[in-house]
Amino acid sequence: MALKMVKGSIDRMFDKNLQDLVRGIRNHKEDEAKYISQCIDEIKQELKQDNIAVKANAVCKLTYLQMLGYDISWAAFNIIEVMSASKFTFKRIGYLAASQCFHEGTDVIMLTTNQIRKDLSSPSQYDTGVALTGLSCFVTPDLARDLANDIMTLMSHTKPYIRKKAVLIMYKVFLKYPESLRPAFPRLKEKLEDPDPGVQSAAVNVICELARRNPKNYLSLAPLFFKLMTSSTNNWVLIKIIKLFGALTPLEPRLGKKLIEPLTNLIHSTSAMSLLYECVNTVIAVLISLSSGMPNHSASIQLCVQKLRILIEDSDQNLKYLGLLAMSKILRTHPKSVQSHKDLILQCLDDKDESIRLRALDLLYGMVSKKNLMEIVKRLMTHVDKAEGTTYRDELLTKIIDICSQSNYQHITNFEWYISILVELTRLEGTRHGHLIAAQMLDVAIRVKAIRKFAVSQMSALLDSAHLVTSSTQRNGICEVLYAAAWICGEFSEHLQEPHQTLEAMLRPKVTTLPGHIQAVYVQNVVKLYASILQRQEQAGEAEAAQEVTQLLVERLPQFVQSADLEVQERASCILQLVKHVQKLQAKGVPVAEEVSALFAGELNPVAPKAQKKVPVPEGLDLDAWINEPPSDSESEDEKPKAIFHDEEQRQARHRHPEVDEEELARRREARKQEQANNPFYIKSSPSPQKRYQDAPGVEHIPVVQIDLSVPLKVPGMPMSEQYVKLEEERRHQQRLEKGRKQRRRKGKETEKEKRGGRARRHGSLPTESDEDIAPAQQVDIITEEMPENALPSDEDDKDPNDPYRALDIDLDKPLADSEKLPIQKHRNTETSKSPEKEDIPAVEKKSKKPKKKEKKHKEKEREKERKKEKEKKAEDLDFWLSTTPPLVTAPAPAPSTEELGVNAAAAPEDTCEGPKAEEAEDGDTGAEPDLGRKSSRHKKKHKKEKEERTKDKKRGRKKQPVPEEAVVGPVENGAEEEEEEPVPPMSSYCLLAENSYIKMTYDVQASLQKDSQVTVSVILENQSSSFLKNMELNVLDSLNAKMARPEGSSVHDGVPVPFQLPPGVSNEAKFVFTIQSIVMAQKLKGTLSFIAKDADGATHEKLDFRLHFSCSSYLVTTPCYSDAFAKLLESGDLSMSSVRVDGISMSFQNLLAKISFHHHFSVVERVDSCASMYSRSVQGHHVCLLVKKGERSVSVDGKCSDATLLGNLLEEMKATLAQC
Amino acid sequence: MIQAILVFNNHGKPRLVRFYQRFPEEIQQQIVRETFHLVLKRDDNICNFLEGGSLIGGSDYKLIYRHYATLYFVFCVDSSESELGILDLIQVFVETLDKCFENVCELDLIFHMDKVHYILQEVVMGGMVLETNMNEIVAQMDAQSRLEKSEGGLSAAPARAVSAVKNINLPEIPRNINIGDLNIKVPNLSQFV
Repeated sequence: MALKMVKGSIDRMFDKNLQDLVRGIRNHKEDEAKYISQCIDEIKQELKQDNIAVKANAVCKLTYLQMLGYDISWAAFNIIEVMSASKFTFKRIGYLAASQCFHEGTDVIMLTTNQIRKDLSSPSQYDTGVALTGLSCFVTPDLARDLANDIMTLMSHTKPYIRKKAVLIMYKVFLKYPESLRPAFPRLKEKLEDPDPGVQSAAVNVICELARRNPKNYLSLAPLFFKLMTSSTNNWVLIKIIKLFGALTPLEPRLGKKLIEPLTNLIHSTSAMSLLYECVNTVIAVLISLSSGMPNHSASIQLCVQKLRILIEDSDQNLKYLGLLAMSKILRTHPKSVQSHKDLILQCLDDKDESIRLRALDLLYGMVSKKNLMEIVKRLMTHVDKAEGTTYRDELLTKIIDICSQSNYQHITNFEWYISILVELTRLEGTRHGHLIAAQMLDVAIRVKAIRKFAVSQMSALLDSAHLVTSSTQRNGICEVLYAAAWICGEFSEHLQEPHQTLEAMLRPKVTTLPGHIQAVYVQNVVKLYASILQRQEQAGEAEAAQEVTQLLVERLPQFVQSADLEVQERASCILQLVKHVQKLQAKGVPVAEEVSALFAGELNPVAPKAQKKVPVPEGLDLDAWINEPPSDSESEDEKPKAIFHDEEQRQARHRHPEVDEEELARRREARKQEQANNPFYIKSSPSPQKRYQDAPGVEHIPVVQIDLSVPLKVPGMPMSEQYVKLEEERRHQQRLEKGRKQRRRKGKETEKEKRGGRARRHGSLPTESDEDIAPAQQVDIITEEMPENALPSDEDDKDPNDPYRALDIDLDKPLADSEKLPIQKHRNTETSKSPEKEDIPAVEKKSKKPKKKEKKHKEKEREKERKKEKEKKAEDLDFWLSTTPPLVTAPAPAPSTEELGVNAAAAPEDTCEGPKAEEAEDGDTGAEPDLGRKSSRHKKKHKKEKEERTKDKKRGRKKQPVPEEAVVGPVENGAEEEEEEPVPPMSSYCLLAENSYIKMTYDVQASLQKDSQVTVSVILENQSSSFLKNMELNVLDSLNAKMARPEGSSVHDGVPVPFQLPPGVSNEAKFVFTIQSIVMAQKLKGTLSFIAKDADGATHEKLDFRLHFSCSSYLVTTPCYSDAFAKLLESGDLSMSSVRVDGISMSFQNLLAKISFHHHFSVVERVDSCASMYSRSVQGHHVCLLVKKGERSVSVDGKCSDATLLGNLLEEMKATLAQC
Repeated sequence: MIQAILVFNNHGKPRLVRFYQRFPEEIQQQIVRETFHLVLKRDDNICNFLEGGSLIGGSDYKLIYRHYATLYFVFCVDSSESELGILDLIQVFVETLDKCFENVCELDLIFHMDKVHYILQEVVMGGMVLETNMNEIVAQMDAQSRLEKSEGGLSAAPARAVSAVKNINLPEIPRNINIGDLNIKVPNLSQFV
């Protein structure tokens, strides 16, 4: 044996190891591929050896080759062999290789299940660790299912090293095998409080990752995370938690309120930039979620913005980048706060770092308003000129267009200005976004009717100087704008000043060098122009001139007929024939203009991009059905009707293509003619626009606007769009003046104003809304895009059915069911069990409170009901946590706002309910309940558990029977009934204890099941004075029956200190525990609250006496009960009976029940019309059953209870309550 | 989640490629190349964040990188990770490498890619951050190295002893050497048994 080993190692001496391989590759730079293929051959030889060391070495080399891009999946089996080596050294190599190249498609992966299981249970933590690491990379659904239980066991391993890995890998297991989430979750949650920080961090990591995808299921963990956040010092954990809160706050605004303060503290205190940044981010998220509800968080916003400003001003580019990123989030909800930092953001546009410039651009997008749009765009235009590198310039260009066109051009007040900007942009060299500009031109010209005339004049100028646009740029670039220009000039030719000139420009020989689709548009629009010219000339009676135009067309069109582009050729041929025909008619002196222009009559409306998609499929039409039987030939593949539609749709989305049939055109033209009549907003174009394009300085000549003034408008040294900036300021100024309001005058405009008074006055008649609102210069009747009739309303494009995280949208609060246990394989089981084995429950599972066998008899229905209650409980707990008045809130809250609670408790079950699943109450109870770290929650928990056990006892072995809906109504302590009949009025169980000028005390008694028979008294102390109250102490004279629980070591006469002080106007709640011997009678205890009141004048010692009343109802615990159990209870005959009747009740039965439930801690068992049975249970286990019947104006309550005195007292109390109704 | 961790040098040669989502090898190489071209363009004094390349993920993903001497360390992460946190993590990773290799340089990464992977496995597992405490990582690495040594290691002494011999390119290595007379020292022999 030893000899064989020696032999093996000798063999190995001659093998290359990884280092040799690397060295070899480096020495064979010229023929690397050849060398590697040689090495692979060697490796293949090595893999055939028996010696595992040789194999491992070979696999190690393969891993290196994999990094270089070589496929090594062929060696998958050998990798598994190495994985199963007994030595850690080899095993690690095997798992590494597997993690690099295994994936779900690797077929041999199923062979690894048992090996991995073996490694997971290995006594060596590193064997286990390596297996976990490897598995995390290649876990498949099968592996996840088979190994989930083993991994879950490892989550409680003694070594933190294993625990943290096991916790982390659970996320991958959940992803692949979502069924494992619910069974594993309680333990995962446990790990949040693991003593080892690494494990804790891993658990936080996993839960955050889960919660990010389905936040609502994790809302109940908020208190736990909150605790972690305030206690943890690990920045990693903090960052994760804070990020998680960022995801949770949108779902629960109250959480946000609670978070603001600790987060603000962290922002102030932390030195870690990463933490600071995440805090700011989450505060922003909170503010966004609160933006509607709480207006008074300007301080927090200011803090965030101020901190972000510091980040942006930092010399560290990373901080600058992140600062801008976070700023853009604030911008969405609080644009005002960001806008004041415009200077800073504009400054970032000059940054040398492109990422930062892009971020700044993003910010600008949200910062524009009607007021500053022109200014910002002007700034961007200078950047466009300066920008080096086409990518950034293109980005700028798209941003400018985005900024201007956002929300239906809402910020543009002057479309002439916008058109000029677009025209200026056409002078960009080498941009790829010609089509974008073109689309904008078309869009604006079509949708803003008032601008058409101006647009046409600009476009005709553009066509005139087409050579400038096309000469120096790439073919696919800016020349696209000519497409738009030609179409606009043709379509709206009636606005052209010099149609003849434009016509000639469009017929220049140079045009034939343009791309085909543009030429095609040229040809088509030449005819439109022609039609319009004919019309004008015939009206003017210039028959000769008309014939000349025809002649021009006949001469020039043949150049298009020769085009290689089919579209151009076809259109040109058609039109040439048409024109020739017209020529003949003209020769005969027949008027033709009407007929020719009739070809293009009709209005063209914009169509919404998704219009095609929204057309509803007519009834009876099956788009998937074949119209004709498909030919067997595969040729027809690309002729599927689907493909055609798809294509069409895309085209439509890209730009509004003039595709209207002749008839429609005719109609449109008719309509247009009528509209043509005098639009006051049109400005006449200059006769010689050519100069504009010669050079940048020449631009100033553009008399875009010919104003009916004696002084011609010329602003030397300014590019033309800038003119508009001035004009616009001017115009607004004028508007303001006209409004008779003198506000912030813009500097130095007085003189010009006089000069251009005429122009400004022209806009004077425009509608002005308010001073803040700047009225647009043009009548901005932006035509909304057309949608087909009966368009489908919904937008279903945003949901991806294949989202892997959707499977993890699992309700985690409901208790586990038997069927949800993780499948466990018996040791050494060779078959893979595909279905969960219900009978096989391992010891570990039992330890962790897994479902017990005996519970299996439970009926689904009942479980579902319990789960529902469970859920309400949960919602309550969270609500409780969320609604507790924080110590320093200025608005005193004497009682938890029950209204809010009610709303929430009612809403909570709705969104969490899923398909009914079997459950086991006890487990979910202890496992899924957030530990609030508060006394009250603990008592709740306990009491819940008990009640559920009780229910179980009674339920066991009973036959299933449907239970009416009402029975499902859970604990109604907070006044929520699951019914919509009418709103239940807000109720508070807090009642006045005592009051004087300093302080007001209200209290509530709640039974606790914690120890013996205890009740908790919650006292809300509200400072009503202007003094500062401190050293508060509460003392009670104990009776034989009731005693206050005092701190250890204190005598029965000592008071219990109140653990807080009260500044003026503040209220807070203190809890005191009392032990009660007998609960059958109500109790009264005398007590005193002593405190020191301190104000400016000094301090005084004050006292307030009170009487604490423990009603019998306060010993009752809301306990759900099912009708069959209830019936049996009544039948049993060991209950004594008593009844009471109250008259003169006007309240609705619904509210009445709610009231009884709330004040006396009963739950409704069954309700039929105006008759209901109710149940409750005392802390000491007395059953109380009620039958409540409502008559015309009376209510009778029949009660049955195991203790007659208790029942009597209870009914008396109830009578008192009902008498108030 | 971390989607991928790439380490390459100033010439784009990959030194460590670790994807936490399956991509075929050629796509992996393509991503490495694309990422390299993206970061190469960037000065050292500009920010270390890049909106993701077109190949990985999408808009949710970011590239976060650091440049050390001849090497780029690039992490591709989604929005659940804190940007600055990941920068720190890269620093932790590199410092750990430095500790484990004693003054790490590119050559260490080239010749000990496997070890670099093992170190990374202690930092990031399945795309999630496992440990950020450097001492803890180094301690675990040391423990594993000791374990490996006690097992004799992969390239145990005998193999190393003759690595010089290997440079002689024997066309066909005789597989069955008669080892009646063993004159090569095999110090770790006992551990093989």
